[in-house]
Amino acid sequence: MNLLQVYPTLLRVGFSAALAYRAELVIWMLTTTMPLVSLSIWTAVAREAPVGRYGPGEFVGYFLAALIVRQCTGSWLVWQLNQEIRQGTLSQRLLKPIHPLWIYSAENLAALPLRAALCLPVVVVAVVYADITRSGPLLAIFFASLLGAWLINFFTMAIIGSLAFFLESSTSVFELWLITFMLLSGYVVPLELFPGWVRGVAEALPFRYTLGFPVEVVIGLMDLKSALRGLAVQYTYAAAAAATAILVFRAGVRRFGAFGG
Amino acid sequence: MDAAVAVRALTKVYRVHERQAGLAAALRSVFRRTYKEVRAVEDLSFTIEPGERVGFLGPNGAGKTTTLKILSGLLHPTSGDVTVSGHVPRRREAGFLRAITLVMGQKQQLLWDLPPAETFDLNRAIYGIPDAAFAETLHELESLLDIGALKKKPTRQLSLGERMKCELAAALLHRPGILFLDEPTIGLDVSMQLVVREFIRKYNEKRGATVLLTSHYMDDVASLCPRVIVIDRGKLRYDGDLAKLVKTIRPDKRIVLVFAAPPDRAALERVGTIVELEGTRAVLRVPQADVREAVSHLVASAPTSDLTIEDPPLEEVMRDLFARPAEEPAEATR
Repeated sequence: MNLLQVYPTLLRVGFSAALAYRAELVIWMLTTTMPLVSLSIWTAVAREAPVGRYGPGEFVGYFLAALIVRQCTGSWLVWQLNQEIRQGTLSQRLLKPIHPLWIYSAENLAALPLRAALCLPVVVVAVVYADITRSGPLLAIFFASLLGAWLINFFTMAIIGSLAFFLESSTSVFELWLITFMLLSGYVVPLELFPGWVRGVAEALPFRYTLGFPVEVVIGLMDLKSALRGLAVQYTYAAAAAATAILVFRAGVRRFGAFGG
Repeated sequence: MDAAVAVRALTKVYRVHERQAGLAAALRSVFRRTYKEVRAVEDLSFTIEPGERVGFLGPNGAGKTTTLKILSGLLHPTSGDVTVSGHVPRRREAGFLRAITLVMGQKQQLLWDLPPAETFDLNRAIYGIPDAAFAETLHELESLLDIGALKKKPTRQLSLGERMKCELAAALLHRPGILFLDEPTIGLDVSMQLVVREFIRKYNEKRGATVLLTSHYMDDVASLCPRVIVIDRGKLRYDGDLAKLVKTIRPDKRIVLVFAAPPDRAALERVGTIVELEGTRAVLRVPQADVREAVSHLVASAPTSDLTIEDPPLEEVMRDLFARPAEEPAEATR
């Protein structure tokens, strides 16, 4: 099977499905507008006095970028995988001569253009009002980091979703991951504002590379050298997540009961 | 020629979590979980030659679906050897997945909110079907199943029968040589069952495909499968010719008569056992050896407008077979 020939069709059909579920997608997007709440709180704080390097303008840029990054790199695979394993409907995917993760990835990626289109007004506001980097290399790193962030998210969701092969349900594990993500990715508070040791821990963990890192790059808080170093770390995490996801999925399929399906 | 399907000493044991109903039992199960082993399939062996149509029969929970899932690579056997089209199913190699299809009447592969045409196109890409072959197969399936107008409607707007026809088309686009069909006619009305049944027969005849079929509708099996494999509680009860099984378990025939006027019950009882008597129509059960004599007597005794001789319904044969002790073989052949 030639993946290059298959993938465009997977994306096209995935896009058709995303269009069919457009109302659900909009509602789903509305549930991820937490950065706008953070934005209003932190800009109010910064109006009194800047917080570290962050004045009101930086906070606006940071959280608008956070909103865009989250929308463009999110993955909901954990819900789908958890349900399909529990209900046995994963069987239909396992009968196809292509790894199910390829099909899931296409379904996930195919919804992104729609999400990006719905994000367009936020992008316009961010470009007009916030201090977005004008550096070509940094912008290139930013776009590469969006893909890196999506890869980490997607494969992490694949790992957690695959736990449903072993546990009764994997969504409680996801809740745990989500809370840690909120705290340590820079989603609620820029990591720079954490005390030194917390920041050290957060920078070593993968969460930052799913959100804080691309945001810091695009609002120009990083120089080229540290952005490149960050990108290397991000793709290392993405590769590790991919390898782990494939192994966990493979081990899970051996235990698959295919009940009901 | 190698067997299309070869199963030797197949056993599948599930470990199932067990608890009583109620809050106390739920709390107890948090700290101490109890499991029980369920032997879904036990020491099962059979082979199927290429091109055969085989009915796979057994009561609910006999292990039919588990076996089909093992044969299609979805479940890993606990022990035993399985080969399908020369492949070991649990490895799920691409060549194996291209050679088979599994149609489950209660589960679907069609994308729910999109027209079946989208699923067909997806399968074209996934199975790497060349455009010309795809167009030819699709055209053939469309005319056999009469789905030309359906494929553009969203799946969710199709009736159950329409959906099943599209499911079959989606499952056969890659021209698999081995078909595992698990209750493909479940829930369908009689005319739709006939359509599906005839389609399976034509596909088998045209492509020389091997078919292993489970169905609760015995008519499906009786009209499609010269051979049946019967399992009960995971164990093989019979493997062989369907007609021979019927003869062994129920060595009698049914004489279905339509008389010109309502017949005399006592006169009929002297010829055989009355299965049904309603107005001018009567169904009698007669030992096979006495059929000729019974027919002559019946025709001579009263004017008849119709007379047919049938095997007992397969449902009754199965019921009688399963009522026998499991140790008592039904003279399994092969």
